[in-house]
Amino acid sequence: MALAETDTPKMTKSTHPALTMGRMLWRDKFAFFSALFLILMVLCALCGPTFLEDIATKQNLRGRNAPPFDFSKAWVYWLGGDALGRPLLARIIVAAQNTLFVATGAVICSLTIGTTLGMIAGYSRKVTSQIIMRLADVIMAFPSLLLAVIVLYMLPPSVGNLIVVLTITRIPVYLRTARAEVLEVRGRMFVQAATVMGASTPRIVFRHILPVILPTLVTIATLDFALVVLVESSLSFLGIGIQPPEITWGLMVSQGRPYLTSAWWLSFWPGLVIILTTLSLNLLSNWMRTALDPVQRWRLEIARKKQ
Amino acid sequence: MTDHLLEVRNLSVDFHTAGGTVHAVRNVSWHLDKGETLAILGESGSGKSVSASAIMDLIDIPPGEIVSGEILFNGENLFAMTQDQRREINGRRIAMIFQDPLSHLNPVYTVGFQIAEAMTTHGISKDEARRTTLDLMKRVGIPNAEEKIDAYPHQFSGGQRQRLMIAMALAVKPDILIADEPTTALDVTVQAQILALLEDLQRETGMGLLLITHDLGVVAEVADRVVVMNAGEIVESGSAAQVYRQPVHPYTKTLIAAVPGTGAMAEPLATGIKPILEVNHVSKHYGAFVALEDASLTVLPGETVAIVGESGSGKSTLAKTLLRLEEATGGEALYKGRDLLTMPRRELFDIRREVQMIFQDPTQSLNPRMSVFQIIAEAFAIHPGILPKPQWRGRVRELLEHVGLNATHMDRYPHQFSGGQRQRIAIARALALEPKLIICDEAVSALDVSIQAQVIHLLEQLQRDFGLSYLFIAHDLPLVRDFAHRVVVMQGGRIVEQGPVAQIFDAPQQDYTRNLMAASLHPDPEIQAERRAARQQAQEEYA
Repeated sequence: MALAETDTPKMTKSTHPALTMGRMLWRDKFAFFSALFLILMVLCALCGPTFLEDIATKQNLRGRNAPPFDFSKAWVYWLGGDALGRPLLARIIVAAQNTLFVATGAVICSLTIGTTLGMIAGYSRKVTSQIIMRLADVIMAFPSLLLAVIVLYMLPPSVGNLIVVLTITRIPVYLRTARAEVLEVRGRMFVQAATVMGASTPRIVFRHILPVILPTLVTIATLDFALVVLVESSLSFLGIGIQPPEITWGLMVSQGRPYLTSAWWLSFWPGLVIILTTLSLNLLSNWMRTALDPVQRWRLEIARKKQ
Repeated sequence: MTDHLLEVRNLSVDFHTAGGTVHAVRNVSWHLDKGETLAILGESGSGKSVSASAIMDLIDIPPGEIVSGEILFNGENLFAMTQDQRREINGRRIAMIFQDPLSHLNPVYTVGFQIAEAMTTHGISKDEARRTTLDLMKRVGIPNAEEKIDAYPHQFSGGQRQRLMIAMALAVKPDILIADEPTTALDVTVQAQILALLEDLQRETGMGLLLITHDLGVVAEVADRVVVMNAGEIVESGSAAQVYRQPVHPYTKTLIAAVPGTGAMAEPLATGIKPILEVNHVSKHYGAFVALEDASLTVLPGETVAIVGESGSGKSTLAKTLLRLEEATGGEALYKGRDLLTMPRRELFDIRREVQMIFQDPTQSLNPRMSVFQIIAEAFAIHPGILPKPQWRGRVRELLEHVGLNATHMDRYPHQFSGGQRQRIAIARALALEPKLIICDEAVSALDVSIQAQVIHLLEQLQRDFGLSYLFIAHDLPLVRDFAHRVVVMQGGRIVEQGPVAQIFDAPQQDYTRNLMAASLHPDPEIQAERRAARQQAQEEYA
């Protein structure tokens, strides 16, 4: 206890909340550079297609599978060219839009829907809870690719429909986690204390339970991000996801697959971007969990002596 | 060089943490002889367990660091030994039992296997180990040892599990037994049995017993000598009677003064006042299990009614039923003439303002993600009628001052406070609604003795200032004796006896109440010796 008491003076001198957050982000260098990388990716997604769309789709058959690091060429060719001689760097930047839109959309939707249903299942009476849980079991038991095939066979493959399909298949993960956490947290004494004070159910759920379970769910969501990117690429590979000439990182990975032995860079660069994006999200969510938890926050507030 | 069985000399242990270096113990020296019981007495954070951990090589290095000192076992320095040599001593020559026996018994092995394991690892044959295990289980008082030897830990009660831990510790006939808060998690009657068992075993085997405790009553019951620790240092040592009778150090003096059960008992309130709460024949069944049956009691305005009983007696069930955290099976609870148990939700919402609860463990009853201001002001957010928003901060400041905290605490989070301060925050939260009746469920039992006294004092003061009534649920009899106007004794879901505090403590009518009184420990070693004699006499007569 004496430990925490000594930290308190440092905590009280905080100025503006945003400034404090920024300072805490700077303390965790990994999280700081992750944030920078993610901002860069978002910028690529927003502006990339406008400036580079033409370059990224223009074929150049003399530059087929051009090797990377050839700095005598234009900068868009520095990461090499693909099977049709299109510059990889430009394609990665342009593909960021579709990829991030599908993955972010699917992850946020499944997180929101899954958490909501999970909290209802965890907090409500037996019957409602049973119905929701069995529904989740059905989705889980059904092979997600098969489900996607069926849905996308009936609906035209578009970004919107892709998000719907990916959302449905990822819901049970959040639902089950949220429910299990709610069941544990609702038994805690501070929830009982709120009940005794007369707190309404929405208040207990949103004020007392949600903040406790959210960090776990956000962590799962960041891990899920990479998975969604890859599932999306396998759907595209099957011909029911995003179709060429549209591009996504996942699609680029699978397009480079036949050339793995001769031109590794075709799959490597988009793969690396997927890994870096996921890693950044992970590091950032890890930082966020610490920064948002009053019990842990001091770790970011005290000056680092080590390292 | 030395004649002592175990001697700790000038031991200092530091822990290096992110927040800086903590001096867990500084320059601590004590010794233990054969057949002797030494108690290390201290409150939480006093470093009382650290020297025992050092003996058993349980300190993680890093973050821990043994800065100086030595521990001599039979004249040999433990710190100079190899890991193998120390392992040979640990368990075989020096054994240890812990506060919570359930977490130290492996749930997937039978208890017989676990006790025998202690012997087989030290090279005793399986058959012999099993035979000895059976003897030990009989010796520590496990009924039907032949059958129970193949049972799993969850099939035993808390007291039996502690007996099993003792059996396990004694399996290899150690020279020293270290008991770290061995009875803290147990009911008073079970505590008395376990302490008696430890004393018997010590007399038989002549082992040295090192008892780590926060309870002066336990010290009075079993210890020959006592070492008092505060903030990592030994402040006083001597014979148990001497330390209690003539404490020299100011810390020891305040500690002894804070021990409840020695003050004057409260007079019953005048009769004829209309009761604020009337509980009539309330019962609560879980399927076939009867948790509460036919409970009736009344609480007058400004009165403290204590409910005492051992675990499983239904006292917490009663509290939860009254607050509608559990639905009652039958009966009624009239609060100002209106039945709490059948009241519709809408009306109940208004009553919530007047009937509040303070929970046992403030660490758990305060939301760790809310600041103190948010926690207390939540009362105003839930009941919009109390106070307009601009005045919240002012009122929270006032409430914090009422409970002995101040405005600077408002924007901190619960983990930044000590246990006693947290319970004050919980009390401030309850007061925010301006209640008439507060149900305290073991509200001070998680706190250290001196903090306990402060919180009780605060509750008494608030009762005087605001005319509050308390329904005070506790297992600690001395505390109840000092605090309550009337006492209700519960056992197995039923009320066995109730009356004014003086009547219950001085002239208990029921056997169960008398047993409970006899088992509770008095901090004065001399009074405790008399009680023990009386108890033994009663047992012999009974036999």
